[in-house]
Parts: sequence; structure tokens; C-alpha cells
Amino acid sequence: MVQIAMATGFILILMGLYGALTNQNILRIIVSFSIANTGVNIVLVSIGYMHGRTAPILNEAVPLAQATARIIDPVPQALVLTAIVIGLGITTLMLAFAYKLYERKGTLDISKFSELKW
Amino acid sequence: MIKRAMVFLFLLGLGSLFIVFMQEYTPDTELNQTGRYYAEHTAQDIGAANIVTAIIVTYRGLDTIGEVTVLFLTAAIVGMLLSRGSHKGKSLQRELPQSGELLTTGSYLLVPLILLLGAYVFINGHLTPGGGFQGGAIIASAILLMLLTDPLRHFSHQLITIIESVSGLLFVSIGVLGLFYAGGFLDNRILPLGELGSLFSAGVIPIIYSLIGLKVGAEFSSMLVNLSETEDS
Repeated sequence: MVQIAMATGFILILMGLYGALTNQNILRIIVSFSIANTGVNIVLVSIGYMHGRTAPILNEAVPLAQATARIIDPVPQALVLTAIVIGLGITTLMLAFAYKLYERKGTLDISKFSELKW
Repeated sequence: MIKRAMVFLFLLGLGSLFIVFMQEYTPDTELNQTGRYYAEHTAQDIGAANIVTAIIVTYRGLDTIGEVTVLFLTAAIVGMLLSRGSHKGKSLQRELPQSGELLTTGSYLLVPLILLLGAYVFINGHLTPGGGFQGGAIIASAILLMLLTDPLRHFSHQLITIIESVSGLLFVSIGVLGLFYAGGFLDNRILPLGELGSLFSAGVIPIIYSLIGLKVGAEFSSMLVNLSETEDS
């Protein structure tokens, strides 16, 4: 179970990086980055998973006394919650920059933007 | 061609690292020290049923302030970047086709329900899998639906700014109150902890998470509105 989730995450990271490195269109690069971002989040969550345990919420399913034996690690989940929100902010920022670049040059082809190329 | 080969080699290297990692990886069978501390101490120290919420709002509350600040910064930068070109965009706005009966009527029905769900998710953040960030994102999705129905709709930037800054200010001042009336910055024990699992429990966590929800919702909405208003086609 963990292996499946982790493999999915790693494949998504590789797919996203491949797309970001080979595509010419800036919008496609942004989409690729958010795919890679999703992959990283899946890997992080899957590391916190433990077989046969449940979510870290103390209710009828998890009596207080057995909490240590019944819940999965809550720390990766808190981390990923943060990472998702920041990832969304980064995506928005990239989209705003893409808009400005399009406004300036009238194209989204990254090979046309060669000012900082050496 | 060389570039393709380089990309392929890079991904091959990264992939083999991943495979090595996966082969070496054995899942834990017991909680590690940090996780065990949170599992044992959350109930009596924080009083929140959802341990993830306890970590985010109280144990690592300072990081959450940082995170909310990063989001605010992103929203501000997006607003700054996109506001420059908007003056000439206004004159170019053309008549858009009607958005259709289904979408219009559907949005009248769904927008209040989505807003209600968002509020429910962030008020119950300390009991159920949810919280301020998730609830804020749900609220922003209602704004997105309204923008899809009528792309030229005007949202008051002032209202969004007021909601955002007031909730951010209250969030920090509740944190400072913790310095005087409880154990430290962002300590949740200003209010009584209450009974584990009831709505009014876990001290100020529901209040702080509601404020975070409003702030995140306002920030996401301002990003959406800014992105939509620059559309000068």
C-alpha cells in the first residue's frame, strides 16, 4: 500500500520534471511544476502512513488511552497541509508572471525569452 | 537533441535514486518520538480532537503565521504585478456571450451552499479533518463559481482587503493575548479547554482557525479576482 502510493508520487515527480524540462510553452511548464508538486506531497504523506492505523483524530474510533498505538504520524500531514497551500501560492505567482511575459512579448514560447541566457 | 539526452540522463539518475530509496524504505511500525509526544499530550494540553490541527494552530502556530504571511505576500505581489496593465484593459472589454441558464441558476443555488460548507469546515477544524486553509479554499471556490458565471462581475477590493487585514490582525492579537493570560505566544488556553470532542473546546483554536479561514479565503479570492480582471481580451 505504502509502496504503491510512494511509487505514484515518484512517477508524478519524474513526469512533472520531464514536462518542465522539455516543453516550450510557459503554461505547460507551470502545469508540469504543479504535477511535480503533487508528487512530492504524495510521497511525504505516504511516509507518514503506517499499516492498520487510522487518521490522527481522537474520536470513538481512537480511544484516548490507545492513541499512540492507533494513529498514524500526524507530523507529515501538518507539513503537507502547509506545502499544498504554499504550492498554490507559487502556482498563482507563476501564472501572474506568465501573464506579464505574454503582455511584453506577445508569446509564451520560452525559447523567445533569451535575455538571461548565456 | 543533446538537450533531450541531458534531460533523459537527469531523469534516469533521479529515478534510480528514487528506486534505491524505495527499496531501502521500511515503514515504521511505531510512532517516532515527535509523533508519540503529540499523540500523548494533545488531549490534555490542547484539548483538540484533531491532532493535525493542534500541531498547526498551537504547537507550530508561529509557522502558521509565517505561512499566512507568505500567502499574503503572494496575493500582494499578484495584485501589484497585474494592476499595472489593468488601465488599458478596461477600455478593451468586449461584450461576453451569456453564460447560459444552467450555469447561472446553478450558481444561485450552489454559491450559498458552498459558502456554508466552507464555514462549517473551518469552524469544525479542531474536530474533523478540515480547518482554516481547507475552508478558505472552499470559500474561494464559491467566488470562482461566481466569476465563471459572470466574468465581468465586480468584486469590492476594499471589502476583501478589510476582511483579510482585520482577521490577520485579530489572529496576531489573540496570539499576543496568550503571552499575558496563558503560557506563551499563541497558547490556546486563554479560554477553558472544555470537553474533548465538543464544538466549544480546545480554547481559542476554533476562533483562530475561523480567522485563518477568512484570511485564506480572502487571499485566494483576491488572487482569483486579480487574475480575472486582467483578462483584457
